[in-house]
Amino acid sequence: MSQQLVFIVFQDNDNARYLADAIMADNPHAEMQHQPAMIRIQADKRLVINRETMEEELGRDWDVQEMLIDVISIGGNVDEDDDHFILEWK
Amino acid sequence: MAVKNKKLNLKDKYQYLTRDMAWEPTYQKKEDIYPDESFEGIKIVDWSQWEDPFRLTMDAYWKYQAEKEKKLYAIFDAFAQNNGHQNITDARYVNALKLFLTGVSPLEHAAFQGYSKVGRQFSGAGARVACQMQAIDELRHSQTQQHAMSHYNKHFNGLHDAAHMHDRVWFLSVPKSFFDDARTAGPFEFLTAISFSFEYVLTNLLFVPFMSGAAYNNDMATVTFGFSAQSDEARHMTLGLEVIKFILEQHEDNVPIVQRWIDKWFWRGFRLLSLVSMMMDYMLPKKVMSWAEAWEVYYEQNGGALFKDLERYGIRPPKYEDVANEAKHHLSHQLWTTFYQYSHATNFHTWIPTEEEMDWMSEKYPDTFDKFYRPRYEFLAKEAAEGRRYYNNTLPQLCQVCQVPTLFTEKGDATKLSHRQIEHEGERYHFCSEACCDIFKDEPEKYVQAWLPVHQIYQGNCGGADVETVVQKYYHINIGEDNFEYVGSPDHKRWQFIKGMAPQQKGEDQPEKQAQKPNAA
Repeated sequence: MSQQLVFIVFQDNDNARYLADAIMADNPHAEMQHQPAMIRIQADKRLVINRETMEEELGRDWDVQEMLIDVISIGGNVDEDDDHFILEWK
Repeated sequence: MAVKNKKLNLKDKYQYLTRDMAWEPTYQKKEDIYPDESFEGIKIVDWSQWEDPFRLTMDAYWKYQAEKEKKLYAIFDAFAQNNGHQNITDARYVNALKLFLTGVSPLEHAAFQGYSKVGRQFSGAGARVACQMQAIDELRHSQTQQHAMSHYNKHFNGLHDAAHMHDRVWFLSVPKSFFDDARTAGPFEFLTAISFSFEYVLTNLLFVPFMSGAAYNNDMATVTFGFSAQSDEARHMTLGLEVIKFILEQHEDNVPIVQRWIDKWFWRGFRLLSLVSMMMDYMLPKKVMSWAEAWEVYYEQNGGALFKDLERYGIRPPKYEDVANEAKHHLSHQLWTTFYQYSHATNFHTWIPTEEEMDWMSEKYPDTFDKFYRPRYEFLAKEAAEGRRYYNNTLPQLCQVCQVPTLFTEKGDATKLSHRQIEHEGERYHFCSEACCDIFKDEPEKYVQAWLPVHQIYQGNCGGADVETVVQKYYHINIGEDNFEYVGSPDHKRWQFIKGMAPQQKGEDQPEKQAQKPNAA
């Protein structure tokens, strides 16, 4: 098992579907799994959510902290600023 | 955009609204203000190194929490107004909620108390703010869970006196003693126990696959409070990881202390979650994933990544992790067969799994279910069919540390009971495992004081000398309504009526839920 997975889980709702799309666009190595009422995305080492991509997806301004409303769980070290939310194992 | 530039960026805002709001004391000594900060032997050199990666400030906290609450309560209203309880897959499911409300929700309240207390103990402002927010979160979880279940309490038995039961009922001493153990430890051990070992390493197993299972069984209220709570947990988990890294980076002397706490609290949490294993495999009529699969994803895979990351600090995976990993094939079955025997003393019902459910278990547990557990259910089903539904009238021996009956088997031999005993100052103490025995040996003066429900009954401290009196008068479990077998129970009859499976007799109304008698004593 050489992979060291980070993951993020969202509620399967309208807000989070944009988040999932933005993550899949910016993290081509990520894998998305659907389970009842939730969306789980995992990737080796690193996942990033970019504010810019989300704003393009949504067509409006988006604050990175808005993700707090729909997130269910995360695994990995968190680094957050005004433009990114990053999960990683270094 | 010009407007954006007027705002402080996240890092600056966090700095101004958190750290800069604190002050250095001038006319009292720091050690007098924070007397508990040093006695555990943890050395903190520089509190300013504390990081809150979410950089959440109070103004943003209230804004997002208010939004979560509005969404949540809109759904509770819709659920109640539309008789959502009638749409669940099967009323057997509600028994998982009874266990949740009596076993888990009071822990949320205990966590609220715990974080309020330790938040006062730290001289670092970042840690104090994080503890304050988490305390408010935990209070919210306790309240929203009670609100969600109040609707079920109108229609099903066993949900009427959760806080009272939590403090008294035999199996609820497992979760209660877990949190009492953490809350009576020092502030850094509390954070290692709850923020790191419980929140970061283990709570996913309850709040992610089980809540997804609630959704799969059409329980809109529970999945919504579950995921709403878990959106706070995502912050708590991040805090848990940061806490550990912070303590480890402060001083090398902290490493062995933290390793001992990780070993202890991983095991305490694993034993506590054995209740969840049975909720997932037995109490969800429609299954999402097995306990073994959930353990593989949320402990072996994610915990593996985590402990690989912590290697750099000299931390290794928890001792006895191998025992926990092997136990994933047995845990839920050993728990359920035990609770099946003691249904006369629980606020929820038990039952024999259906043929279809047993086939699912054979598939999910190919090496263990048919070999060890299916034959037990076949035997118990035969007994029940012949009018001898089995109840065990001998009170179980409890482990002195985790307080679970000594029901587990040895790693690698599912026919051999796992049991350890030692003598301490002239008294003999019993344990479910080497791991619990180790925990005792580290702090015997703490665990000799354990309030073990079986001992307490035998010592005459639980209101009576026979099980029936204890159950009815001391536990407030209504006999014949809340307890015993599910098949034929008032809940079962009510459910059949709701589903139109028991046609209404002439002149007969829907079987009413009995008025509760919480003060039966």
